[in-house]
Amino acid sequence: MTLDTVKHAAETPDVEQPWAELGLKQDEYERIREILGRRPTGAELAMYSVMWSEHCSYKSSKVHLKQFGEKAPENDAMLVGIGENAGVVDVGQGYAVTFKVESHNHPSYIEPYQGAATGVGGIVRDILAMGARPVAVVDPLRFGAADHPDTKRVLPGVVAGIGGYGNCLGLPNIGGEVVFDSCYQGNPLVNAGCIGVMKHEDIHLAKASGPGNKVILYGARTGGDGIGGVSVLASETFDDTKPTKRPAVQVGDPFQEKLLIECTLEIFKEKLVAGIQDLGGAGLSCATSELASAGTGGMRVELDTVPLRDASLSPEEILMSESQERMCAIVEPQHVERFMEICDKWDVTATVIGEVTDGDRLEIFWHGEQIVDVPPGTVAHEGPTYHRPYERPEWQDALQADDANKLPRPSSGGELREQVLALVSSPNQASKAWITDQYDRFVQGNTVLAQPEDAGMIRIDEETNLGVAMATDGNGRYAKLDPYAGAQLALAEAYRNVAASGAKPLAISDCLNFGSPEDPAVMWQFAEATRGLADGCQQLGTPVTGGNVSLYNQTGEVAIHPTPVVAVLGVIDDVNRRTPIAFAEEGQLLYLLGDTREEFGGSAWSEVVHGHLGGLPPAVDLDREKLLGEILIAASRDGMIDAAHDLSDGGLIQAVVESCLRGGKGARLIVPDGLDAFTFLFSESAGRAVVSVPRSEELRFTDMCGARGLPATRIGVVDGDEVDVQGEFSIALSELRTAHEGTIPALLA
Amino acid sequence: MTARIGVVTFPGTLDDRDALRAARLAGAEPVSLWHRDKDLKQVDAVVLPGGFSYGDYLRAGAISRFSPVMETIIEQARAGMPVLGICNGFQVLTETHLLPGAMLRNNHLHFICRDQKLRVENAETAWTADYEAGQEISVPLKNIDGQFVADERTLDELEAEGRVAFRYLDGNPNGSLRDIAGITNAAGNVVGLMPHPEHAVEPLVGTGRTDGLGFFTSILKKLVSAS
Repeated sequence: MTLDTVKHAAETPDVEQPWAELGLKQDEYERIREILGRRPTGAELAMYSVMWSEHCSYKSSKVHLKQFGEKAPENDAMLVGIGENAGVVDVGQGYAVTFKVESHNHPSYIEPYQGAATGVGGIVRDILAMGARPVAVVDPLRFGAADHPDTKRVLPGVVAGIGGYGNCLGLPNIGGEVVFDSCYQGNPLVNAGCIGVMKHEDIHLAKASGPGNKVILYGARTGGDGIGGVSVLASETFDDTKPTKRPAVQVGDPFQEKLLIECTLEIFKEKLVAGIQDLGGAGLSCATSELASAGTGGMRVELDTVPLRDASLSPEEILMSESQERMCAIVEPQHVERFMEICDKWDVTATVIGEVTDGDRLEIFWHGEQIVDVPPGTVAHEGPTYHRPYERPEWQDALQADDANKLPRPSSGGELREQVLALVSSPNQASKAWITDQYDRFVQGNTVLAQPEDAGMIRIDEETNLGVAMATDGNGRYAKLDPYAGAQLALAEAYRNVAASGAKPLAISDCLNFGSPEDPAVMWQFAEATRGLADGCQQLGTPVTGGNVSLYNQTGEVAIHPTPVVAVLGVIDDVNRRTPIAFAEEGQLLYLLGDTREEFGGSAWSEVVHGHLGGLPPAVDLDREKLLGEILIAASRDGMIDAAHDLSDGGLIQAVVESCLRGGKGARLIVPDGLDAFTFLFSESAGRAVVSVPRSEELRFTDMCGARGLPATRIGVVDGDEVDVQGEFSIALSELRTAHEGTIPALLA
Repeated sequence: MTARIGVVTFPGTLDDRDALRAARLAGAEPVSLWHRDKDLKQVDAVVLPGGFSYGDYLRAGAISRFSPVMETIIEQARAGMPVLGICNGFQVLTETHLLPGAMLRNNHLHFICRDQKLRVENAETAWTADYEAGQEISVPLKNIDGQFVADERTLDELEAEGRVAFRYLDGNPNGSLRDIAGITNAAGNVVGLMPHPEHAVEPLVGTGRTDGLGFFTSILKKLVSAS
């Protein structure tokens, strides 16, 4: 086969090119020809096809995502905003924290173990590329029905992949979620988040400036795995008439990644790089075009110098390969020798593959012949923008009219008891310990809180006890009923979880999981959810620092529930002041904070007891969330509460049961005046938490709530070895434990 | 006067920083050792920490035993230098035959991370002297290849000579024979166990217990009193 050089392309304008197979549309292909003034070479076509894919270019979503910038609240903590590998926030004492959540949904369905494993690897390299030491990971996961046979194929593979990769990297896994819903059957959501810590002066950006600087590719050799992962896999709807896409999934090597992390941190410490970028989706195409485009514009790469695992790879395949555990650094010539020494120390392969030029074109050569000559910005940043049509689906009204508040309610204490047991043992509300115990949460020795706590918390300074906390939340059921409110409820829940742990929420990252953007109904859900999230962040004062969009999560015509997942990052000055969820001290008083209304739309109760989804989700009041957060943080700082648990899916009873089991103590509850037992126990009104208050602090605590105008209702006391709702029912802790902890192992072990 | 405790970093080691911290909190001077160096930097004792050295792709600990640093450690351990192998470090010690037996994949085939109760069976080793024989402690356990096995004769010998140092309580987490969590050599200077005492040295982090600190105070006292 002859090499398709730039010269050859100019001479043969009429050659048929496989643009459609590479996922490009006709008008996109025409646009590439227009930019270049000729047909693209095979290598150029490969680069444009991956970089202009939905996954890399955000072509359907970016007109909506720009609200995150436009509506961004004033926030002094932001050091680096959207657009870099990950956002960076100031957490004080000279420290900066970078964090992000990303999706690896499609690969994880096709090849659960490797899909999930490389999802962890990719997000960790994003964080590393900012100059930070990764300190923790979280994994929000969603699967089909818990009892569906395919869930038993996908879930154990995903969990083993996350564990197998993350555990070998030595990163504590401190949080996340596991949700089951038949809407995710065939489209599991495997999102992965990572937190990294650095000093302000260590922030690194992905840009290639300084003509003469060397482009160094280091880490694993490039192989034939993951070719077209972003364009073929992540940017199309699954369809069982097409051939298997398994070869498009990357294969991970966590040992190589661990070496890459330590090697890179040592390189940072000696200040040897001028710019750095990890290789993830779209591989070298992405790294070279983004680095060049963000820098002075010119770069020359000798592609035949790239170390290969498979010598038969074509230049197009090398450019598209998504082989894992690779990084690309821009290094001044005088630092190259030391850079290579450090790579050698860590047994990491490193190769100078090119240099920054004073031109404005990205030029790639193959054995001396030029195969790419493009303006890098057109590849990296000037992909197409779609204003896709969107329209509120006609079924939305009927769905909202199907009011969950009208469902038959339990009529006796015995029936309430039965439904409480059904709730806490349902797959979504049951303990996920069987899953999370497969992740190392202790490594690095800085884990202050980890699942099942409300938020994960990591100490970042051993002298001052400064710490950061993170919670991730999403509720596709709420978002299906009302995507605008659903996105805000996800934000509110994660915000509340961070505050409940005692940390002050600072900023957010999001992973927006939706169906096909080619469906106007899905696009409407997306538009509403992004608008809700942008408005919510503005109101709460927590800017979006970055994130990821995953579209085409649908099988045939059926899309997943719109599922915006929000990660909130918080800071705590002294981790000694953290608040756990466990009710551990007999005699402490239980207070319910916030207002409880009859709100059952999208609730866990409506799902577990009635298999129902309809009505409206709980009302959102972000000013109330902010006040609740302030009270929880102040109470934690001043030692007024010993435990706090946010109320969300499953309502008060779910939270009380979890806190009791965590602390090994029972609780006696009294239904407060003005509420019926059912609403008290099962309502999912937002803006609420339950706290455990030492008697000596009761007055001070209630005075504070009173002065700030936050309703605080005394609902009981930590006591005994059962959960007792006065006059209604009681359940022994041992029975609750069996119900809560037995479900997941029985389904999956 | 304090003692120098070395902690080896192999490629793929994960808990080296934790072990260094534990040594420091116990009052020792922590010293990093690198797998390629034969030089032990005059340390008085060595910890082989947890992780997945060399990826554990062949067999846990199988490659590490051939590293330059291990040559010196094997020699010194035979001459009486205290060595503690934790998790992957324990696997390395069995591969080097400083300790008998071997570790297989957990009988349930999953990685498991949990707070694990242990009984200290032998409180006379270099690393356990600060505990009482029969004392119950809880430290984190986290591994996938943690099932201790040995032939019957070896197991009988270990029992007869009091060389079972720790046993799992409240449920065997991985199918280890005779609930063995850790063992010692006959001289008591080389100890290996699967659970992680270095993760239980501060009330603030991990499981909130400090039951593991005794390993590091034990060795420190021994070394300081000997000098």
